[in-house]
Amino acid sequence: MLNIVFQEYVVSHLLDRLTFFTKKKEAFADKHGITTNESREWEKAYRERWQHDKIVRSTHGNNCTGSCSWKIYVKNGLVTWETQQTDYPRTRPDMPNHEPRGCQRGASYSWHLYSQARLKYPLVRTKLWRLWQAAKQQHPDPVTAWGSIMARPEARQSYQQERGMGGFIRASWDELSEIVAAANIYTAKTYGPDRVVGFSPIPAMSMVSFAAGSRYLSLFGGSCLSFYDWYCDLPPSSPQIWGEQTDVPESADWYNSNFIITWGSNVPQTRTPDAHFLSEVRYKGTKVVAVTPDYAEVAKFADNWLNPQQGTDAALALAMGHVILNEFFVKNTTPYFVDYCKQYSDMPFLVVLEKNSAGLLTSGRMLRASEFADNLGLNAEVASHTPLLIDSLSQTIVAPNGTIGSRWDNSAKWNLELKNIQDGELIDPLLSLAANADSQLIEVNFPYFGNVQHECFAATSHESILTHQIPARKLIVAAGEIWVTTVYDLFLANYGVERGFKDDNCAKNYSENLPYSPAWQEKITGVKAQSVIDIARQFADNANKTQGRSMIIVGAGLNHWYNMDMTYRAIINLLVMCGCVGKSGGGWCHYVGQEKLRPQSGWQQLATATDWSRPPRLMNGTSFFYAHSDQWRYEKLGINEVLSPLADPREWANKSIIDCNVIAERRGWLPTAPQLQSNPLTIGATIHSNQANPGEYIARELQNGTLKLACNDPDNPQNWPRNMFVWRSNLLGASGKGHEYFLKHLLGTSNGVQGKDLGSSGKHPSEVVWHEEAPQGKLDLLVTLDFRMSSTCMYSDIVLPTASWYEKNDLNTSDMHPFIHPFSQAVDPVWGSRNDWEIYKLFAAQVSKLATGHLGVVHDVVLTPILHDTKAELGQGLALQDWARGECTAIANLSMPNVTLVERDYSQIYNKYTSLGPLVETLGLGSKGINWTADKEIQLLKELNYTTVDGRVKIESDIDACELILSLSPETNGEVAIKAWEAVSKFTGRSHTHLVEARADEKIRFRDIQAQPRKIITSPTWSGIESEHVSYTFSYTNVHEYIPWRTLSGRQELYQDHPWMRAFGEEHCVYKPPVNTKSIESIIDNSEKNVVLNFLTPHQKWGIHSTHADNLIMLTLSRGGPNVWISESDAKLIDVVDNDWVEAYNENGSIAARAVVSQRIPEGVIMMYHAQDKTVNAPLSEKTGLRGGVHNSVTRITMKPTHMIGGYHQLSYGWNYYGTVGSNRDEFIVLRKMKNVEWGNSYSAEETPFTAK
Amino acid sequence: MTYQPKIRAQIGMVLNLDKCIGCHTCSVSCKNVWTSRKGVEYAWFNNVETKPGVGFPNNWEDQERWKGGWDLTRGGRLKLKQGSKLKILATLFANPNLPQIDDYYEPFTFDFQHLQNAPKSKTTPVATPLSVITGKAMKKITKGPNWEDMLSGEFSKRSVDYNFNDIAKEMYGKFENTFMMYLPRLCEHCLNPACVASCPSGAIYKREQDGIVLIDQDKCRGWRMCVSGCPYKKIYFNWESNKSEKCIFCYPRIESGEPTLCAETCVGRIRTLGVLLYDANKIAEAASVTDTKDLYAAQLDMFLDPHDPEVIRLARAEGVPESWLEAAKKSPIYKMAIDWKVAFPLHPEYRTLPMVWYIPPLSPIQQTLESHNVFPDNESMRIPAKYLANLLTAGNVAPVHLALSRMLAMRNFMRGKHVEGISDLSILEKVGLTENMVNEMYRYMAIANYEDRFVIPTSHSEYAGDAFGTRSGCGFSAGNCSSNGDNPVDVFGKTHKVNFFGGNPSSKAQSAQNPNPQINIPQNESQE
Repeated sequence: MLNIVFQEYVVSHLLDRLTFFTKKKEAFADKHGITTNESREWEKAYRERWQHDKIVRSTHGNNCTGSCSWKIYVKNGLVTWETQQTDYPRTRPDMPNHEPRGCQRGASYSWHLYSQARLKYPLVRTKLWRLWQAAKQQHPDPVTAWGSIMARPEARQSYQQERGMGGFIRASWDELSEIVAAANIYTAKTYGPDRVVGFSPIPAMSMVSFAAGSRYLSLFGGSCLSFYDWYCDLPPSSPQIWGEQTDVPESADWYNSNFIITWGSNVPQTRTPDAHFLSEVRYKGTKVVAVTPDYAEVAKFADNWLNPQQGTDAALALAMGHVILNEFFVKNTTPYFVDYCKQYSDMPFLVVLEKNSAGLLTSGRMLRASEFADNLGLNAEVASHTPLLIDSLSQTIVAPNGTIGSRWDNSAKWNLELKNIQDGELIDPLLSLAANADSQLIEVNFPYFGNVQHECFAATSHESILTHQIPARKLIVAAGEIWVTTVYDLFLANYGVERGFKDDNCAKNYSENLPYSPAWQEKITGVKAQSVIDIARQFADNANKTQGRSMIIVGAGLNHWYNMDMTYRAIINLLVMCGCVGKSGGGWCHYVGQEKLRPQSGWQQLATATDWSRPPRLMNGTSFFYAHSDQWRYEKLGINEVLSPLADPREWANKSIIDCNVIAERRGWLPTAPQLQSNPLTIGATIHSNQANPGEYIARELQNGTLKLACNDPDNPQNWPRNMFVWRSNLLGASGKGHEYFLKHLLGTSNGVQGKDLGSSGKHPSEVVWHEEAPQGKLDLLVTLDFRMSSTCMYSDIVLPTASWYEKNDLNTSDMHPFIHPFSQAVDPVWGSRNDWEIYKLFAAQVSKLATGHLGVVHDVVLTPILHDTKAELGQGLALQDWARGECTAIANLSMPNVTLVERDYSQIYNKYTSLGPLVETLGLGSKGINWTADKEIQLLKELNYTTVDGRVKIESDIDACELILSLSPETNGEVAIKAWEAVSKFTGRSHTHLVEARADEKIRFRDIQAQPRKIITSPTWSGIESEHVSYTFSYTNVHEYIPWRTLSGRQELYQDHPWMRAFGEEHCVYKPPVNTKSIESIIDNSEKNVVLNFLTPHQKWGIHSTHADNLIMLTLSRGGPNVWISESDAKLIDVVDNDWVEAYNENGSIAARAVVSQRIPEGVIMMYHAQDKTVNAPLSEKTGLRGGVHNSVTRITMKPTHMIGGYHQLSYGWNYYGTVGSNRDEFIVLRKMKNVEWGNSYSAEETPFTAK
Repeated sequence: MTYQPKIRAQIGMVLNLDKCIGCHTCSVSCKNVWTSRKGVEYAWFNNVETKPGVGFPNNWEDQERWKGGWDLTRGGRLKLKQGSKLKILATLFANPNLPQIDDYYEPFTFDFQHLQNAPKSKTTPVATPLSVITGKAMKKITKGPNWEDMLSGEFSKRSVDYNFNDIAKEMYGKFENTFMMYLPRLCEHCLNPACVASCPSGAIYKREQDGIVLIDQDKCRGWRMCVSGCPYKKIYFNWESNKSEKCIFCYPRIESGEPTLCAETCVGRIRTLGVLLYDANKIAEAASVTDTKDLYAAQLDMFLDPHDPEVIRLARAEGVPESWLEAAKKSPIYKMAIDWKVAFPLHPEYRTLPMVWYIPPLSPIQQTLESHNVFPDNESMRIPAKYLANLLTAGNVAPVHLALSRMLAMRNFMRGKHVEGISDLSILEKVGLTENMVNEMYRYMAIANYEDRFVIPTSHSEYAGDAFGTRSGCGFSAGNCSSNGDNPVDVFGKTHKVNFFGGNPSSKAQSAQNPNPQINIPQNESQE
């Protein structure tokens, strides 16, 4: 072949090798270049580099919604690199395809595999190892040996205090698993199995690896902690409005949209493999608006960039709603919007106007059929759960189909057909009473929070109580005379929309500053009123013309604030009023966390071992960590600061946030762990021997005070969590909000907590025991499984090297695309590592062996909260009665938690772990309140996986576990899908199997997805469908199949009538500014230059949480270690230039990092991208003298009482579904320039053992 | 005498900056495969820069500083900016135009082993930075290949950016007027490569069959004149092998009809690859037009219409394989650069006739302007058109305006179709597009299927010699699948040397840090 050279210079070298070229040398371009014929044999050098021996399909399991399929290249038995797969099943011809999926982070993973950062062998804390060896010499029985160490507080403390301080030594798998099993058994025997807890997040990212640990814990009786809520990724507004944890359109559906607002979601940075759908749909004529406080990456793709001050987004969204309601509902009627709202929202439902404790009329409960003497003809049981509306055809008050009452009454009328449930007659819901002959205008009071003063957020001077004119109507009900109105009428008033009622609190035009007008929002957010008007108008106009193809993409940037519900609800309201939810190309896209574990129902059997015993212990992580890292002891947010001005302050006097949580736990609203102050095995034994009814027994003993719930005294040694497993997670280096409190109280080691607890303030909680001396070191044993030395590993007692993502078999799904695809073992687990399935199998084997003589067959009392999607969600209704105050009787699963007696045989844990139990066959499986049988699937599995000697389906390997999930789930087994949809029909009375008939014969197996990712099959677990005609979108089956949302009204619940919602002023969506965390006043050092900044922690570009962030490629492309972003003007205030070392501190702790100074950051803000661990390039903090912190070193969570509501329809508990969330964006820090940068490593820089060359 | 063009084919690349998400996946997949070796840790055959900013290496665009590329003599002939052959030979050992390591960055790693091996300490152990070059501890990391990521650093530093020429730039430093774009960069595989001309050893050549520019690792003597000669600073000196290396356009993949790694792994789907036919005889003429603003048009002029029967006839006569001619007809590059004129060369004023082209980005409306329009118009977007023109057309704003107008017209026209249900052809007429053209633009820029993004014919190695023999024998020696030679070379230096890229691998370090030697290590798992 020929070469071209350019002859500015005569090149002269010999033809040094044989060639086969036939062409002759010649010049061209006026002799500017010549063609030569020299050998190019050297080119093989790069060619050989490219050659490889095999390509294997795998992925990365790191809580990333990407869920990308990758080609892993293997050469000489080593993984060399990876590139993205490009072979996904294609979308439709009019849409872009999914290839390639995968980003810079995934592409850099292979660096880790053989790097020096890799964990190769099991490690143990030396101090503990010595104690263990000595104890074993004295006590050959390992359980007794462990007990002998626990019996000596100074021994226990000696290794606890070394947590995080280095000093590891290698030991063998057999030895370390023996310690783990001995500690677990000792704990169960001494305190109860619920004192053994485990934390692992986001099963969808590697569902078998998750299930390994949770199956072990569930068989053991341990508590699995939730994560989605703890991360604050759970949007509580979703269960509030839809009765749904989270469901969203796949990213391809963005391409069906004609108007997209990306609101606090940095799509290119955090949805990297999906971003192309956003950039490409612009060419289809779709408008993109970015709403971000900084000039974030996503702004690059926008046509308009709006930058409200961080934390004030609700004000912007409310003002947009104000414009849309005014222009598309009041001044003009938009038939598409009105029809949608009538059928799919609670807007036409009737609300009773109630007087508050001050005698002011406020919006109260939704009117129920039970309030009429005849229950409107409904049976009494469901009448109190049947809200009502006015049918404009018959001009009567009717109960429509589809309310939650009809869900549980076996009427098969739980559907959204517009019918009177009594007689099946068609109805036309009346939206407003304004034109109703029987109605008149009356004054109703609304809470206003926008006047709450905050140093850094603007307030307006409007009154705390705003009176509005509401068209209302008098009704005579059993209890007498009441006033009712519609949600719609209240809704318009709440938005301050003038309807000709001469309402003084409604803006006459957009420039009048009244809540929630465009001019009003400009004062709060800083965004020009005209921009808001334009965007709102365009958004609604687009939705009207396209029947709902307007979309809003939201994310952590909005959801991590204390008042996240207000922002989310303000945004969701926009989508509902414009008829976008459930429409292809429209609706709400909340992308935070890889929450969509598609084959959930099959996986659940494996993961919670419900094939062997039910129920598992599932605890909400936020409340657990708040209590057990003792963050509650430092709580400064008073209930009075967040209470509605319309609430009765006396009812809430002396209540603190943890008090509210305790009330919720004892009422069965929230779960609790540890559960009882006594060992549940001891109590279980009593119940079993007396053959007592467990629920009645526990209720009686609780009510008479013999038994206590552990939540009343979290600092009592009886109630401490004792053993903890962390796997697939970096709890301490990434997600552990209030990091320093974890170190201090849970771990008992050096920590940077700088503030004081409530000790001397006298403001102690009223429901919780206060110990003057706070415990330090609740955990006896912390065990972490990882493939790298994260902070969590650094602080653990035992660190076990796990097989990483190219060394194991597992499954992966995401909400961003419709595929299921595998992890595959490209190479065997490297060095001494093992996969998670094998590690927990080893623990199970050790426990089965060591339990002999300690724990045999036992009876364990398990408490569970009142669960959503069970009939028990009807239980508590509006009555707020507390058995603990003698207001009612304690009745299990009604006024208190449910109680079950579970039999466990600790000698059989291994056998149970590795085979499928009988309960799937006898009880079936299901999800969301529906249930189906699995006999055929079990037969199939017996053939696929083979059977144990006693005829059970084997689950020995990770692939066995994958096959189990795939065979049992409707998403991956068409036959099951048919059964599942038939089960739904029993509730709705409609046929749905047409959704899956085309795929009824499909069975997706593990090797199928190794060949190519497969599209999952439509299932009632999810609200969207998979088809060749529409992309997956949220609420599609609600709108198109008329399946109700799982809420009180069965519609999208824009009005929240629970008394606690009203107490905190959230019955309507209102604007609430960020709360004041008061974490700097006591500690700010004004003797040096400083600046106080709002501490924001958006998701980062150079890692997925802390994963990848410690690999050299990502470190090189970022700035090689922790950094914080500040504006140029704030940097000047403290004489900081780009890349200077700075320290951010407050009462919670301190962070040392380098400053990135940038014009794209607004004043008043510091951004530390989420999950920058302190293991790499973090110096010592000058304030604490300790390693300069992870991003959570300056955070402490504060919980919201409205998230503790339970036992109430859509607000009933579900694990990772509803409950308290760990918000952290309202926090402020003091920033200073560092004077001395010290490293505190055990060797100095010069003595580094590292030698080059 | 009738003019006789000399037809050659090249695989060119277009990057749609309007779709670039700045993720650097291109850089990472490239680095994994090609430069995770000792000696080239700091080398990024592909890198991505956030603009405005000075880029990598420092301020590379400013040829007054670096003297890369070509100049015209007073007589209007091309000469290398770094000087004549004599001057180059004279400065071989003290080249003033050569970037130093600090102009790139000192590559670093971390002492990751310390996290596992640290003895019991007073504070939590941490992995501290170490220089990959010296092995010594680094006090502070002060630079990297992506130091300005997402507008990192003060505006005063970043705005040294050469592309701010002739722009009153102060207003763009204000928060409200911030603009940001990304510039992924690789070797331009120029038609008139200054590196080739700079090499005293004649080690650099442009492959005739596909236009890829390579440095022969056997012939390179490490003089580094190519490093200074290349105005894009896309040649890196391997300090281990003492030879220069550069982007190879993934020729082992291209030869098999596969896209380059950076293109296939581009998750923003911004990269397209395809064949362009050009007239090699016009190189000198096109590169030496007097006004730099005319260079873009001059280069466009070199490209030949693949549908023209005369072009096809001449190309066949030159030996261009038939499948390449077919690929040229389907070339997405040709459509973007020539048919629609939405793509432009990077800094044509360097006179290198680069073959990696860019579609300029749209941007949000400026905060200071009021507009009730759905989309911003050409005048109201926040990235100054002049800035883009300085980057892509030697400051000539008109072509950039036309490209942006055409993209906006596509959006407006499609919005009409999808939202209003109308096909308003007048939108297209104003910018010289037809409905057919805009549908094609939509197909390649929005739908952008793999097979449309990458139209790459295979290399036809069968013409190169004994195809059957090579097919049967390759791999058995140290030989080469496209050659029958057997001359093993260790072009990248000796392999026994330690690669620090994975951290601190010193076994000595590990045993020295073993905190508790007195404790028994289980027999079966001895400490490394």
